[in-house]
Amino acid sequence: MHNAANAHELDRREFLKATGSLVVGFSAAETLAAQAPVPGAGARGAVSGPPDDAELDSYIAVHPNNTVTIFSGYVELGQGGPTALRQIAAEELDLDFDQVQTVRNDTFVCTNGATYASMTVGVGGVKLRAAAAEARRVLLGLAAERLSVPVEELIVTRGVAAVRSAPQRSVTYGDLLGDKRFNHRYEAVPYRGLGLELPRTNPNNAPPKPRAEYRVVGQRMPRIDIPDKVTGKYVYIQHVRVPGMLHGRVVWPRGQGAYGLSDPKVSSIDEQSIKDVPGAKIVRKGNFIGVAAEREWDAVRAARQLKVTWDAFAPLPGSDGLHDSFRAAKTKDLVVADTGDVARTFNQEAHVASGTYLGPYHSHGTMAPNCAVADVRQDGALVMCSDQAIYQTRSSVAQFLGLPPEKVRVQFYSGSNTYGSSCYVEAALAAALMSKELSKPVRVQLSREDELGWDNYGPAHLADLRGAVDENGKIVAFEYQGWGHGSPGPNTVVQLALGAAPRVSDPNGGGLFQLRLSQNDMYDIPNRRMVDHRVASQIGGGYLRIGALRAPLDPPYFFAQEGMMDELAYLARLDPYEFRKRNISHPRWLGVLKAATDAAKWTPRVAASGLSSARIAVGRGIGLGTHHVPMNQGDRITFAAAVVEIEVNKDTGAVLAKHVYGAMDCGLAVNPAIVESQIVGMSIHGASLALKEEVTFDHAHVTSLDWNSYPVLRFGEHPAVTPIVVQRINEKSTGAGEEVLPAVVAAIGNAFFDATGVRIRQFPLTPKRVLAALAG
Amino acid sequence: MDSEFHLRVNERTHTITAAAETPLLYVLTDELALQGPRFGCGLGQCGCCSVLADGVEIRSCITPVSKVASKSITTLEGLPAYYASRMKLRQAPELHPLQEALIAEQAVQCGYCYNGQIIKGAELLFKNPSPSEAQIRSAMNGHLCRCGTYPRILLAIQRASKRIAALKQSEEAAHA
Repeated sequence: MHNAANAHELDRREFLKATGSLVVGFSAAETLAAQAPVPGAGARGAVSGPPDDAELDSYIAVHPNNTVTIFSGYVELGQGGPTALRQIAAEELDLDFDQVQTVRNDTFVCTNGATYASMTVGVGGVKLRAAAAEARRVLLGLAAERLSVPVEELIVTRGVAAVRSAPQRSVTYGDLLGDKRFNHRYEAVPYRGLGLELPRTNPNNAPPKPRAEYRVVGQRMPRIDIPDKVTGKYVYIQHVRVPGMLHGRVVWPRGQGAYGLSDPKVSSIDEQSIKDVPGAKIVRKGNFIGVAAEREWDAVRAARQLKVTWDAFAPLPGSDGLHDSFRAAKTKDLVVADTGDVARTFNQEAHVASGTYLGPYHSHGTMAPNCAVADVRQDGALVMCSDQAIYQTRSSVAQFLGLPPEKVRVQFYSGSNTYGSSCYVEAALAAALMSKELSKPVRVQLSREDELGWDNYGPAHLADLRGAVDENGKIVAFEYQGWGHGSPGPNTVVQLALGAAPRVSDPNGGGLFQLRLSQNDMYDIPNRRMVDHRVASQIGGGYLRIGALRAPLDPPYFFAQEGMMDELAYLARLDPYEFRKRNISHPRWLGVLKAATDAAKWTPRVAASGLSSARIAVGRGIGLGTHHVPMNQGDRITFAAAVVEIEVNKDTGAVLAKHVYGAMDCGLAVNPAIVESQIVGMSIHGASLALKEEVTFDHAHVTSLDWNSYPVLRFGEHPAVTPIVVQRINEKSTGAGEEVLPAVVAAIGNAFFDATGVRIRQFPLTPKRVLAALAG
Repeated sequence: MDSEFHLRVNERTHTITAAAETPLLYVLTDELALQGPRFGCGLGQCGCCSVLADGVEIRSCITPVSKVASKSITTLEGLPAYYASRMKLRQAPELHPLQEALIAEQAVQCGYCYNGQIIKGAELLFKNPSPSEAQIRSAMNGHLCRCGTYPRILLAIQRASKRIAALKQSEEAAHA
């Protein structure tokens, strides 16, 4: 049928092809068709996944031009993970770096990876290493057969297998298997596994290459995504357009309200309020409201103009009353560590410090509000979005639309920074719902206020700490009592549309906190007690949605722990580094402490022993940090330490971070240059958390909805950063995207005490808080 | 109410039909299919959408298309050619020196803010080819980066500044 609309679509596609570089995606009808070609997929084609993880073909395809494609399932979130994975595959296959390609993550193509919790290299890399080692073994078997020599006689260079004694006799991987399937089953590291190399029980598994022989892994390969990102050729989800698409926007209250007690209910909607917007359509399902139009500006106007009134929300405590409400709330208390006799020790010891530490909610604050494009048909759906785990999005969308998961195809396009669960699933669900209701592809672009106002925030925290030291500066007792509330239940869009009963996954708080509080074992402390007070969100008013945000809970946790360690050092009249050396025996913690303090040219001095009356006071502080991962996820602990030098303006209360020295030991750093850039990023992010970021809310809504009300660290005030990677070739790779962050937050708190002799136990250290603290 | 505008973008003139108050950003992305300028806040607060209008950095997300109809717009895509014409180079390079420097410094992480960082950095280098660190910090202060890459953008601007000085010298030597 060639009606006017179709002709227009065709014109537009031709136009875009002819004039611009903007990507033109394909419709669901095209992409859901069986055997749709996928560049790089070779003989595999496109089949609804996840592919069988015991099939080598699920991970790797060999092409006739002697290159390979890996289907790792891990995505580029701006942190360089795919570059490191390419290095791992090239290493094990004896290929050069540029002979390995990656593909767009796609549930019809890729394995099931989840790019969060710093798992790309620590878990995804291990799976890929096992697959690549096995692939090399199969290829060498084929080469031995082809060349009629034993496998032991072969050497491989750049994917060319040659006879050692007669190198002119050779064959390439591409000649052996170009675009044909391996058809080889092996003992894969399982999808849901722990990222461990061992035990793989089958003695016939190809062993990974000895690390002493590495020539690609451990090298500072330039990132593969950077050139396109500086020219504007890189395709972000925000660029994706498909034929016949409408621009959609979500309409919901300005800033979320209390989560878990009620969801927003539409009281009235005035459809006439957008009658002057050409072609604007309203989508309403339950309490979900969206608007759509052919032109983007019309969709924006419609979203701004549409008059909707909402029922009053359940009360929030307000950001100023947040921590008091935690303490007043009914809690479920869990003792998560209890060694020795804490109570008795505190009664006996003379040198005791105590304090209450506070941290706010944080927003992911993505540079780009999330965006998704969906094309939903009766028999299937195509969703393009920037989810960190596309198979999880597939499940969410399938369940929401009532489609079988295999009929939903999810393709990943990078968004901006996310560092955890920003609103990408909400964008995907909203686009899917609107496409279904309007029977057209819909692109949903969230606004700045949507993203800052409806985020899954980093958790707020309250902690009471006590510590005791003996005459020699040894910690004899340490107690940490932490308060926090639970993690979210269903996505907001689902809740609005289907009226799902408000709930939190655990009404007494999530397990997130228990995990964090159970592992502060970098210090050797004979008497230690950790208590997790889980605040029920139904008591005393509701709270905000929380979720995973880069090193979840670790910034307030380490701000408190390392603050108390500094308080104890001061009590013992010891230099903060010396105090830590006396109380830590683990060589890898000592290693990062040494690396950071060496870089900073640290000289021993008791904190706050150099106070001056100058208007600008300078100070330095130390902090340790990690991203606690549960032991049952494979003991993937990364060690981080930071030293930060700051200036405090005593007249204005402004704190300026001047220099961050961040050291990290993440085991084998596959690409140290990428790890360094992560340290730089975490240092700036950490300074931003310590000094600027705080979600504010009144008794009804979140009120920090733009970059003025949710300030972040700016270019003019950024510290210099010295990143130090403590390379440990023979250790397993662990995470590298989270651990320096909490160390920097803690070090800035400690530097403030050093500069002023005043301890601030609440971050961010805003001018208002600083002036109040200095006024005493 | 739609009007017709003749918009000069990257040295080409386009005829656009749009409501006068339509922000320039939506015309550049949806009508001209450009990927440089991009949506970040719609409030002029972050700099993701920056373009040059007659060489001056503006926020296209809050600039009505009617306000720039008489100006020459340069986006990230047109920056190397614009640089060549400003510098009177005989041939447009593939990349502006700041783009080269950002690759050399491996500065980029997610890269979403880099449209604005490059446009603003290039504007600064046109105005002041040898900026001090304080001048760079001040000029760039309105461009947010959430991956925390400011230190490397700073290094890249300094690197580009040296490169531009060297190129100028060799151009002058060639003319002499």
